[in-house]
Amino acid sequence: MKLPRISNITCPVCGCLCDDLEVTVEGNSVTDVAKACAVSEGKFLNYGSHRLLSPLIRKNGELVKASTDEAIRRSAEILANASYPILYGWSCTSCEAIRVGLELAEEIGGVIDNTSTVCHGPSLLSIHDVGIVTCTLGQIRHRADLVVYWGSNPWSAHPRHLERYTTFTEGRFQRTEWRRYVSRLGSASAAKRSLRAAKLALKKVLRVAKGPPVQSEYALSRKGRKMIVVDARKTRSADIADYFIQVQPNKDYEVLQALRVLIREGELDVKEVGGIAVEQLEEFADALVSCEFGVLFFGVGLTMSEGKLRNIDAALSLVRDLNRYTKFIIMPMRGHFNVAGANIVFTWQTGYPYAVDFSQGYPRYNPGETSVVDILSREESDASLIVASDPVSNFPREAVENLVKSPMIVIDPHPSPTSIMADVVFPSAFVGIEAEGTAYRMDRVPLPLKKIVEPPEGILSDEEILKRILHEVRKIKQGQASR
Amino acid sequence: MRVSLLTGRTLDQGREKERGKFSEEYTRSAAVCFIDPEDMKELRIRENASVRVITDSGSVIVKARKSLRGPHPGIVFIPYGAWANVLVDPKTHSTGMPSLKGIPAELEPAPQEDSLSMEDLIRKHYRKA
Repeated sequence: MKLPRISNITCPVCGCLCDDLEVTVEGNSVTDVAKACAVSEGKFLNYGSHRLLSPLIRKNGELVKASTDEAIRRSAEILANASYPILYGWSCTSCEAIRVGLELAEEIGGVIDNTSTVCHGPSLLSIHDVGIVTCTLGQIRHRADLVVYWGSNPWSAHPRHLERYTTFTEGRFQRTEWRRYVSRLGSASAAKRSLRAAKLALKKVLRVAKGPPVQSEYALSRKGRKMIVVDARKTRSADIADYFIQVQPNKDYEVLQALRVLIREGELDVKEVGGIAVEQLEEFADALVSCEFGVLFFGVGLTMSEGKLRNIDAALSLVRDLNRYTKFIIMPMRGHFNVAGANIVFTWQTGYPYAVDFSQGYPRYNPGETSVVDILSREESDASLIVASDPVSNFPREAVENLVKSPMIVIDPHPSPTSIMADVVFPSAFVGIEAEGTAYRMDRVPLPLKKIVEPPEGILSDEEILKRILHEVRKIKQGQASR
Repeated sequence: MRVSLLTGRTLDQGREKERGKFSEEYTRSAAVCFIDPEDMKELRIRENASVRVITDSGSVIVKARKSLRGPHPGIVFIPYGAWANVLVDPKTHSTGMPSLKGIPAELEPAPQEDSLSMEDLIRKHYRKA
């Protein structure tokens, strides 16, 4: 019997939002997924294997099963009675759920923040200051002849980025570099085998020079689409690249500013910057200026290092400067599948992309003060609602210590380190598998997430749970006002 | 040994978190530290040996893994997760973003100790009020 195969499914894993997946469904479960990366396959084939099937409430120190109505009431009581609650997460749920979350934050006078606060928050701050020259991934796929990944390892974090949008894709005006890479891999492997054989034959007397391999200038001057990786350590993506530049940790700012000097034909009176020889930087600057359509993708290697938003200031300014000579654009490599959507929905509802404080009755935005890690470090919040996120795993220890001290409500399909520390837990439907919605790709293109299978009985979507909590909060507030 | 600690995504950690963060596979992918082979020689540790990583924010035991793409002496890498986040610097310098890369750290062998499971790690570091 031929099983139903559903085409054009959007993947709810990373900011690439690959929308060409083919999913096979048997009964009410996913049995196979084609065209998916390893992480996406892991999600589609394992989503049902570890999950809660009932809400939980903490009683006498233990999480015990509860009805949905009871959990909604308890959550609404916690939030309605808190004086400075935080509402955090939002990057792994739909735009529709985020919209309800913002309404809830306004109703309870809380602080609402999304996970960009610990990924590309500094990029957003910098974009406010400098502006951004950007485009969609489709333009890059068809036109970019120079692709730079800076502080980003797409092979691990965005596994199909190269295949769908850059080096390994067949564009209208740019050819895929896949065949060249395979042939390069073959030659490297043959050279390795010969070296091993020579070592054995010469009874290990052969000594191989240590240090980074010498890179050919030809790699940057040849025709065709080229890829450069700049990172503090050599990654799998760096192996694929035509040219790899290893920068010392926390020295990205200096290197970016040195490149700005070089492309303006200035001279550097030092021998190296950030551990990179000036000659190598000159080759890099030549490649940047001489391409026809360049793109700089930057990852959290820039935002999480020393300098943070100032690193991004330098990267955005470099790209702005490059547009005097050629066409160049820049794009952050967004992590979670709807973190860009969280920024967009936050902005259209409040005017600000993250870290929005409603405690004064109107939206206020001051990252460093109204951002969740800072609020937790100052021990100011007295309750929290966590949606589709795991801050107990992902926040610094000091922030987590303070997060778990006050009542915490968690809405998440997975049991997680955060849910085991919660006071109320709602298992929810997986958006993009068991619930539909909208998400924004890293280039801010909205795509529909489909419902492929039914959620388990009694399991609601994030949006529905939030609407019911909001309704209950309003009832409590009306009761308090009429007393 | 003084090192610079980087944290980040790995394909293994990304894939195994989908099996559940309490799974053994996830622990094997995240409670690890990738170290330059020359640094491992200097510390006299082998693949899968326990090592202690210490920063100003905390210390954690993880398993040593040989870094495949050296040389990068003095740089170690721990994948994102609860183990790495015991070590990261919570200071945001008024940006909202803690420092998760390029953190000064001390690396030492810990032959008598083992890395903690996710449940034990959470229980050790965090308490409900």
